[in-house]
Amino acid sequence: MKMPVTCTVNGEAHTVLADTRDTLLDLLRERIGLTGSKEGCGNGNCGTCTVLVDGAAVNACLMLALEAPGRDIVTIEGLAPRGKLHPIQQALVEHGGTQCGFCTPGIVLSAKALLDGNPNPTTHDVRHAIAGNICRCTGYDKIVDAIMAAAATLQAGGR
Amino acid sequence: MKDFAYVCPATLGDAIAAMKGDGARALAGGTDLIPQMREGRRQIACVVDLKRIPELTGITAGADGSLVLGAAASASHVAQNAVVAGAYPAVAQSARLIGSLQVQNRASLGGNICNAAPSADAVPALICHQASVRIAGPAGQREEALEDFIRAPGKTNLAPGELLVSIVLPPVAPRSAAAYLRFTPRREMDIAVAGAAAWICLDAGGRVAAARVVLASVGPTPMRAASAERQLLGERPSRALFASAGRLAAGDARPISDTRGSADYRRSLTAVLTARALADCCAATPIQQALA
Repeated sequence: MKMPVTCTVNGEAHTVLADTRDTLLDLLRERIGLTGSKEGCGNGNCGTCTVLVDGAAVNACLMLALEAPGRDIVTIEGLAPRGKLHPIQQALVEHGGTQCGFCTPGIVLSAKALLDGNPNPTTHDVRHAIAGNICRCTGYDKIVDAIMAAAATLQAGGR
Repeated sequence: MKDFAYVCPATLGDAIAAMKGDGARALAGGTDLIPQMREGRRQIACVVDLKRIPELTGITAGADGSLVLGAAASASHVAQNAVVAGAYPAVAQSARLIGSLQVQNRASLGGNICNAAPSADAVPALICHQASVRIAGPAGQREEALEDFIRAPGKTNLAPGELLVSIVLPPVAPRSAAAYLRFTPRREMDIAVAGAAAWICLDAGGRVAAARVVLASVGPTPMRAASAERQLLGERPSRALFASAGRLAAGDARPISDTRGSADYRRSLTAVLTARALADCCAATPIQQALA
């Protein structure tokens, strides 16, 4: 069964026809064409599909597309204007916080949710915030360093 | 995944009407239901999304000083609620143990209860607080103790067509405190090998007037440790008392051996976790003030 879904994605209103079986991740990737959010495990364990729904980090694979009406969704594509990097992305580049990169979109959005609510986190806060994001290249130390650096940049008035 | 219908009723009455259909299934957070559907473990004809029904999503104070948690309220919503965090910190602490932050932002306490897993993290602290559950169905509304509601792994007292509407936490007694601890090999994103919640209430003379110890993952359902509770009654809190209650709780436990741990290991964990949960109760402000 197909039903129309209207939601805001990266600041733009979208109305698309979704199958009842679509997850939010399917809606974003297949119906809207935003392929930055990745599917890893498909059951909420790996976190690579993490997006922000009304500001909260959510596994897009664990939400039906039909639960999206009226929600404000932010994906990795929505963090910075085309061609620019958000300070969290910039810090990951500078600290070598990406290896294969598959977990990176989810890590960035978990970090964004953390820093929006807690601009001055401890490394423990950072590790807790990304505990639901699995990096199989095991680059966690550099990822944590990058998020701490991004927090400092944002606190200092970086965009 | 087989196709299904999706409805999102705005009232409890409409939700109960929708649940009458064959193959209807309630959706709260979806963090268990959606993977089950995708893996073909559940055949569902109609998903009834409960998240637009105020009774299911709100956290409200009852007239008698109780606190009513909507069954579909997310674990994060519960943990961040000022009244939960202030008066029922063990419940807030438990809600923060369910999966990752992403999962806590969706998963509901009602779902954690209705899945009826022996390891359900939200349940032991709720039982310590003598929580009851409000249920609505075609035959009307009823309320029963959470402790009696969970019957076996995956089985509750919900009849077909019934919905868990809310969880009622009675007012907190003076000079009382609760705590929940679990053991997992990984600090986060893991399922309890064993868990223990404790609640103690002191009399004016600083002796234990009432106590509850509820164990997780060491029996088919979350279970009371009756001999540990008896041991505590009438005694003054002490490390030796808590260690002794822990040993009795290990005897009360009915663990199995599985991939997460052997029965013997779970019993040893139960002794340690029970003693530590009791010590955490004792360290809480209401108990410290009563002992001062």
